[in-house]
Amino acid sequence: MAKTKSKIPAVIGKYEKEILEEWLNTQLKSDNLRPDLLKESELRHQSGEFLALLKNALQKDNLTDIELAEWEPMRSFLIDITDQRIARGFTPSETATFVFSFKQPLFTRLKKEAGDNAQVLADEIWTATVLLDKLGLYTTEVFQKKREEVITRQQDDMMELSTPVVKLWDGILALPLIGTLDSARTQVVMESLLNKILETGAGFAIIDITGVPVVDTLVAQHLLKTVSAARLMGADCIISGVRPQIAQTIVHLGVSLADVATKANMAEAFQQALALSDYKVVRPRE
Amino acid sequence: MEHIPIIKMGEFLLVSIQVDLHDRMAMALQDDLMEQIVKKRARGVLIDISSLQIVDSFIGRVIGEIAAMSRILDAETVIVGMQPAVAVTMVELGMTLPGVRTALNVDKGMELLRTSMKRLEG
Repeated sequence: MAKTKSKIPAVIGKYEKEILEEWLNTQLKSDNLRPDLLKESELRHQSGEFLALLKNALQKDNLTDIELAEWEPMRSFLIDITDQRIARGFTPSETATFVFSFKQPLFTRLKKEAGDNAQVLADEIWTATVLLDKLGLYTTEVFQKKREEVITRQQDDMMELSTPVVKLWDGILALPLIGTLDSARTQVVMESLLNKILETGAGFAIIDITGVPVVDTLVAQHLLKTVSAARLMGADCIISGVRPQIAQTIVHLGVSLADVATKANMAEAFQQALALSDYKVVRPRE
Repeated sequence: MEHIPIIKMGEFLLVSIQVDLHDRMAMALQDDLMEQIVKKRARGVLIDISSLQIVDSFIGRVIGEIAAMSRILDAETVIVGMQPAVAVTMVELGMTLPGVRTALNVDKGMELLRTSMKRLEG
C-alpha cells in the first residue's frame, strides 16, 4: 500500500509566517516562558531557525527517522540550543516544551487544510506528533548526555584531587589520604605513589590516614599492599595519623601492622624519616 | 643457552638483568651466582631488575631463594630498581620477599651494602 504523501511540508511552507507568529505568541503566553533566562528576541530567532530547518528537512519527505542525514542540521541546532539552555539553568522539560509547543500552531493549520476529512486529519496529526515528540525527546537526550559528561569529568577530577603525592624533603614523600579507600582508589593511590617514588628516587614515603574516616580489614589490607609494594621498590613507608579509635579497630579486627612503622601524626613521621636519612633539625641560635 | 653476566665490583657482585627472564635462565643464574659468590668471596650481591617488565611467581620465588642462599654463603642480597608495575604484581601474587633488602637504584643499593658491611665489621 503506497502511503499518501503527508501534507505537513506543504502546510508549513504555505503558512510559515503565520505559524511562526502564533507559535511565538503561545510560547510568550505560556507558563514555561523564562524571560529572566532567555530574551524575547533570542526566542524569536531560535523559533525562526527551528522552523526554517524543519522546512528544509521536510523537503525529503522523510517524517519519521530523524537519524538520517537530512535531519543533521536540525540535530546540531537542537544540541546548540540545549547547550545554551543548560548553561542558563533551564530544566529538561522547559527545553523539550520549546519543541512540543510547536504542535499547537501546526495542528491548527492542519485542521484548516484537512477540512472535514477526519481520517486525513487524524493521520496528519499522528505523523506530526511522532516527529515532534522525537525532536523534543532528542533535546532531553542531549541534556542527559551533557550531564553525564559533567559527572564523568568530576569523577576524574575527584580521583586526581584525592591522591596528591607531596614531596616534603629530599627523598621524603608524603601521601595525605582523604576519604574512604576502596579498591579502585587504592589502585590509583598505589600507582601514583610508586611512580613518584621512581621519579624522585625517594627513600621514604609517609602515608597519612588522618582523613580516612573508617579503616576496616579491606582498607588495612590495601594499605599493607601499598607499603609492601613500596618496600619492594626500595622505599620505606611510615603510616601516620592513626587515630585512637582506628588503632582500636585495627587490633580488634586482628590485622597485623607489626611490620609497618606507624606514628601518631605526620610531624612525628617526618621527624623519623629525617632522622633515618641522617638529617638533623637544629635551631640556628642555640 | 645465554647466561646473565655477573660482574665483580670490589667485594660485591653486580647482576644486571636486561632481558626477560625465563625459567631455565633464572635457574642458571641461581647456579652461576652461588658459584661466583664462593669463588670471588663476595660479601654482597646487587641484582638490578630495573629493565625487567614482567615477573611471574616462579621468577619471584627464584629471587627470594637467591637471597636466602646468599645469606647462607655470607653475602647479602639487595634487589635494585624494581618497576612500580612489577612491585604491584608481586604484592598481588602475595610475594612480598620478606628478608630481602631493596633499593631504588644501584647507587643506593651499593650504599646500603657498604653501611651494613661497616656495621658488621665494627
